[in-house]
Amino acid sequence: MSLDSLDLFLQPFFTGLWFALLLPLLGCYLRLRQEWLAALAYAHVAAAGALLAMALSWPLGLGGFAAAGLAALGRRPLAARHGQGTVFALYLLAGWAAAVLLVANLPTAEQLGHALFDGQLYFTDRLQLWIGGLWCLGALLVLRRLSRSLLLGQLFPEFFRARQLPAWPAQVGFDLLAAGSLALGTMTLGVMATFALVFIPPWLAFSRAGNWRRGLLTALLVGVGSYLGVFVAALVFDQAFGPLLVLGLVGVGLVMGSIRSSRSR
Amino acid sequence: MSETLLAAQGLVAGWEQPVAGPLDFALQAGEIVGLVGPNGVGKSTLLAALVGNARIFQGRIERRPGVRLSLQSQHLPPLAGLPLSGRELLALTGASAVGLPDWLADCLERRLDRLSGGQRQYLALWAVLQAPAEVVLLDEPSNNLDQAGTAHLAGALRARAAAGAGLLLVSHDPELVAAVCDRRVMLGERA
Repeated sequence: MSLDSLDLFLQPFFTGLWFALLLPLLGCYLRLRQEWLAALAYAHVAAAGALLAMALSWPLGLGGFAAAGLAALGRRPLAARHGQGTVFALYLLAGWAAAVLLVANLPTAEQLGHALFDGQLYFTDRLQLWIGGLWCLGALLVLRRLSRSLLLGQLFPEFFRARQLPAWPAQVGFDLLAAGSLALGTMTLGVMATFALVFIPPWLAFSRAGNWRRGLLTALLVGVGSYLGVFVAALVFDQAFGPLLVLGLVGVGLVMGSIRSSRSR
Repeated sequence: MSETLLAAQGLVAGWEQPVAGPLDFALQAGEIVGLVGPNGVGKSTLLAALVGNARIFQGRIERRPGVRLSLQSQHLPPLAGLPLSGRELLALTGASAVGLPDWLADCLERRLDRLSGGQRQYLALWAVLQAPAEVVLLDEPSNNLDQAGTAHLAGALRARAAAGAGLLLVSHDPELVAAVCDRRVMLGERA
């Protein structure tokens, strides 16, 4: 195998691996806040933003990132009026509709549209590897720092106000972190693969783990383990990575869920 | 001479409209004050106003600079389906596990949603009561506790006050109020 072809294989592998590390952990905090629908909502908004950027001849990543970031900033005022679940559902629907319309009206956007929704991991380049790596590393560090505040905000919402401490930096910071991570994840792995990594590992971890630390570890192991297995399987069987990752995670979820169910009977 | 940690003068509070007060009281370090009155008089609303959650319509609150408040509300934290152990819950607020009754100390490593309702209630209460704070506000802390739990709570409240904290206690349990409170503030119906 030449160095060039090795590079061609390693670049997407490590780019995806960064997100397989970050997204399950991020998903644990989204599940804690009962915001798992946010993953699907921000992913669709980011996809629409990337397509709009293409139409305007702007960098795709910037479009996806900016759209998800704006959606995150607008979430709280909209949620105060309409309710949190409704806002995420509206984002999801608007993002999907805008993306489909852009694909339908821009001949050049069709390929990108398919790539965003189906996953385009094998076409990631060195720049995406570096941006993804740096973002994920930074996001993991920020998430670690925000962890206590996010748990406190959910379990003891009066804690900050009673101590005259501002709660909003952690809340808004997490919103932006989630939106940015989901936007980059979508542009790397695709909408559904990103959603599957955010949803399924935390779902399993929350039902099985004995404490929070083990829950994070379980989500991480399920996410990274599934990613590694599916990456190899997709190469060996020459299949599209995104749908295979989703199927793999669904399979892991059903198998682990049934083991738990039979034990609890 | 003891120092005033928290005081209210003519405090009238509510949400959309005034529902509670007027309330006058001053809480000193090391004392437990009971806030008592019939159901619906707005005791919980006044506690919420003291931490800035409810709206203040009249009067004022004075808080000694640097004083940290800790509020136990009647709502249990949403723990269903959450993989969180008792020890992790206490660590969140910075509460120490020292002094917990044996029937709770033995299950600190278990998930909270796999404990009984009374165990969960007491651990959540303990996390607030023992959090680093100079003032602790308690809203019906003996709810869902059996006799042994209430007796242990009374001892823990006295110990917390003896360590220098000021406690404001809302309770419909006259025995608990009589056992632990240094004095009582009676709230009447608003006209």
